[in-house]
Amino acid sequence: MDDITLAEAAGVSVMGFCVVFIVLVVLIGVITLQNIIISKLEGRGKTAAAPTGNAIPEAPAPAAAPAKLAKGSCGGVMLYDVPDRTAAMVMCIVADELKTPLNELRFISIQEVK
Amino acid sequence: MELITNTLGNLVEQSGFAQLADFKQIIMILVACVLLYLGIVKKYEPLLLVGIGFGMLLTNLPGSGVYHPELWYASGSADVDWGAVLHDGGFLDILYLGVKLGIYPSLIFVGVGAMTDFGPMMANPSSMLLGAAAQLGVYAALLMAVGLGFSGSEAASIAIIGGADGPTAIWLTKTLAPHLLGAIAVAAYSYMALIPLIQPPIMRALTTEKERQVKMEQLRPVSQTEKIVFPIVVTIVCCLVLPSVASLLGCLMLGNLFKECGVTDRLSDTAQNALMNIVTIFLGISVGATATADQFLSLETLEIIVLGLIAFAFATAGGILFGKIMYRATGGRVNPLIGSAGVSAVPMAARVSQVEGQKWNPSNFLLMHAMGPNVAGVIGSAVAAGFLLAVFG
Repeated sequence: MDDITLAEAAGVSVMGFCVVFIVLVVLIGVITLQNIIISKLEGRGKTAAAPTGNAIPEAPAPAAAPAKLAKGSCGGVMLYDVPDRTAAMVMCIVADELKTPLNELRFISIQEVK
Repeated sequence: MELITNTLGNLVEQSGFAQLADFKQIIMILVACVLLYLGIVKKYEPLLLVGIGFGMLLTNLPGSGVYHPELWYASGSADVDWGAVLHDGGFLDILYLGVKLGIYPSLIFVGVGAMTDFGPMMANPSSMLLGAAAQLGVYAALLMAVGLGFSGSEAASIAIIGGADGPTAIWLTKTLAPHLLGAIAVAAYSYMALIPLIQPPIMRALTTEKERQVKMEQLRPVSQTEKIVFPIVVTIVCCLVLPSVASLLGCLMLGNLFKECGVTDRLSDTAQNALMNIVTIFLGISVGATATADQFLSLETLEIIVLGLIAFAFATAGGILFGKIMYRATGGRVNPLIGSAGVSAVPMAARVSQVEGQKWNPSNFLLMHAMGPNVAGVIGSAVAAGFLLAVFG
């Protein structure tokens, strides 16, 4: 296979590209299946398993689902032993220090260090 | 008196200066110094480029005897006389055994696996398609290399530069075209360092402003059980489909299992730090040693460098164009900029997507979304390498 013509190389290229796609598509299927099975085993049910791709879950949201995000929000923030009021002040101070509008910052979690 | 004269005469005769007859060696010493400059001053992939540059310097110093290319490519034969290597080999010949036998790239993959979080990819599995699409660079470069007159094995080794994955490129080249290893390694690692310069113009050229501003939804959380099962399942599936990738992909997934299973923290720590650093030293210096003047200073090297750049460009374009397809298919929910991260090169390519995305929409956070195609690119390039090995090996 060392002496290869351009036509043969084109054939190998198309075949190779297809093989990569096939293997990754199989993996997508496996991951999705794995997610469904593990979700069921962990008792989360189908509702948690649905949004694997970009689809928005249409099934009823879990009980602890957060309220709809405000327009321009960068998502929710997890609070650990921190009251809402303190968290709001922390976020305002950070935004002020960084001179960045609050809606352009993303806070993942706020935890009190004891 | 005669003894002193003879000794001094012998010393002069044996010195590198007396043996420095070939101007090519002087050029190679300069090339090695340029690589060291790029690694140390410009900080282009310094962990590898410093080792590669120094290996190149050592091997091209006349009379050093640390590496003997004739032991590895004797009269064009593919068979290596292992006894001769062990008997007559120098320091770097012995280290090069780890490259030749495919040990270093696989061990590097254990470390890469231990440092990689596959969570973003598992949270959005469809992003794996972007990692597959970015392998376009590999196959475009294969075609062009054959068009330039390279043999099938050489073309495959050059093409894998488009996978933007150094260990994979070395792993494939050491089997298919070991004489090109130095040039391919230098091209692969140099272009990986230049990703922040190579990708953005292509990303901007292939996307509209509206597409670049798309804000993607937050990813779902991935449970620990999923993360533990993932490397085991991927190893079984991939190695059954394409057994030739077993050593690379198996090691990647082993490292990831160390990280995720929660009971091998010490092994995970060793794989991420000590093992990775030790193997990086061995890999860099021994790959650099293969860049001898006769092998490196040729038109082929220039062609490889140009083809490598084209491969990177096509890989980026492949990911972006598939990202545009996904943008349309999902009604504008996917930002095509994450497609460029499909070119492996973790996590640099994902960072480029993040930086570009924020330029057009400051409230956009694409990093975790881009990590999906980014780590899928690692798997994709390993699969592409396995396929090329199966065809040309």
